[in-house]
Amino acid sequence: MIDVQHVTKRYGPLTAVDDLSFRVERGEILGFLGPNGAGKTTTMRILTGYLPATEGRVQVAGFDVFEQPIEAKRRTGYLPETPPLYPEMTVDEYLQFVARIKGVPASDRQAQIGSAMERTSIADMGDRYCGRLSKGYRQRVGLAQAILHNPDVLILDEPTAGLDPRQIIETRKLITDLAGDHTVILSTHILPEVSQTCQRVVIINRGRVVAVDTPDNLTARLQGSQTLYLQVDTQGADPLPALEGVAGVLSVTVADKRDGVGGYQVESGSGDDIRRELSRTVVTNGWGLLELRPQQMSLEDIFLQLTTEDAPADTLAADAGTGDDADEANTEDRTDG
Amino acid sequence: MGNILTLAQKELRAYFVSPIAYVLLVFFALLFGYFYVSSINFMIQLSMGQFGMGGPQIVNINEFMIRPLFGNTAVILLFMLPMLTMRSFAEEKRSGTIELLLTSPLTDVQIILGKFLGAMALYTLMLSLTLVHIGVLFWYGEPEWAPVLSGYLGLLLMGGSFISIGLAISSMTKNQIVAGVSTFAVLLLFWIINWMGDASGTMTQSVLAYLSILEHLDDFSKGVIDTTHVTYYVSFITLGLFLTAKSMDMARWNG
Repeated sequence: MIDVQHVTKRYGPLTAVDDLSFRVERGEILGFLGPNGAGKTTTMRILTGYLPATEGRVQVAGFDVFEQPIEAKRRTGYLPETPPLYPEMTVDEYLQFVARIKGVPASDRQAQIGSAMERTSIADMGDRYCGRLSKGYRQRVGLAQAILHNPDVLILDEPTAGLDPRQIIETRKLITDLAGDHTVILSTHILPEVSQTCQRVVIINRGRVVAVDTPDNLTARLQGSQTLYLQVDTQGADPLPALEGVAGVLSVTVADKRDGVGGYQVESGSGDDIRRELSRTVVTNGWGLLELRPQQMSLEDIFLQLTTEDAPADTLAADAGTGDDADEANTEDRTDG
Repeated sequence: MGNILTLAQKELRAYFVSPIAYVLLVFFALLFGYFYVSSINFMIQLSMGQFGMGGPQIVNINEFMIRPLFGNTAVILLFMLPMLTMRSFAEEKRSGTIELLLTSPLTDVQIILGKFLGAMALYTLMLSLTLVHIGVLFWYGEPEWAPVLSGYLGLLLMGGSFISIGLAISSMTKNQIVAGVSTFAVLLLFWIINWMGDASGTMTQSVLAYLSILEHLDDFSKGVIDTTHVTYYVSFITLGLFLTAKSMDMARWNG
């Protein structure tokens, strides 16, 4: 449904997107994950035909975005980072206008606007001015605008930004519901969002694909080693040798230390649950066990890990063993870029 | 065509929902009214023979009233039309709504023509206010209608030129004020470009005189529709719209 081949975008000397390739199949939800400034928005703008790529090709629903822009745009719904609302229009007027310029036939207009408003739960907001809506409602009107003409492809740039937790859950549900007959690409910098809604994830950093995989594989891969945080009161003794002696422990590092209480990060191989052994060791040594908890990997850690590895994309793809598209996208000859 | 009209309608609505349309209409009417009254006074004095031409006489309304009035109208427009076009692209770029237009199945030409027609519609409405004043002249006097019509045609063409340049400049910036001031400066330059002609040679002089945007208006209000002048304004409008298209294209490549 979406085919991105060797897309590069340069602004003068700055390369915003560097040789990006991936594919999205019909009905799939693809998450686009990356830190701010990674090139997410630029990539999405290229996919929607808002920006031309410096090099490479993009096909949406079988149409080349640069050569047949009208046909491609007809089949694309796009929610930019800031919902493109006209403050002086009411929600009804705005959606009427959008329906017209998106080429929805006059006979279907009212029905499609109604269903878009229903799905984004703004049915009762019709006569409110767009300029006076709260952030959450703006986002939803933006979403209604994107799905209005029933596009094959939906491109959503941070669709849940600025929403409250309940709205976030609703929006995620809406996106999951839409996936059946639409192909969705959504960008985010929130990791749980990806694992909850997306079937496949593209992680990009500095304009390059760092990883393409399913969220499950990605999580497994990233939790190849497990880290526990342990706080013990050793009354002055050095617990390091004892802790390192526990079976399964790969390394122990000091996280913090004050007044004889030490915090340690204990890394172990994946699959080994060493918490019992670890606590037993602490107790048998006569120390006080103050805290023991698994440490969540933050997005920063993941990026650090992915971007410091030598050939991250290839290792990941090989490790994964699934996602043929991912393999294909990453191992193709890079000749014509 | 449907898309162009939809866009034009949206533009016109935007003018009327914000105060812009009302401010322009009210002050245009006020200033036009002022020039109208003062030219009536001038004409009355003239017809009473107060300039030492030997008693009361019949004065040609077209020549002594309507023609100078249209010239004055052009000056009002020079100040006002930049304010009509300054927001068109700049505001859409600032607020991000341009992203909606450029990712919808619309061509650049449709977007530009939509904006042009929307602005022209408001401008035509401004001009139509003056029909009342001119109508009064027809009620009490006997002006010829042909020069009046051709004068309006001239004003429409000239205003179209102002608007097309205004659109081009608005499409180059995100800042409305920058767009407005630059448009005014460029128009003023085209207005006075022939002043320099006097000091230079005859060849340059005629070229500069041809470029001057005001030079071409006068014949229209005399009742002469000269293809030279029509060609000038139509080329000017086309150039403005072409520059707008180029600038949209460039903005796209430079992000």
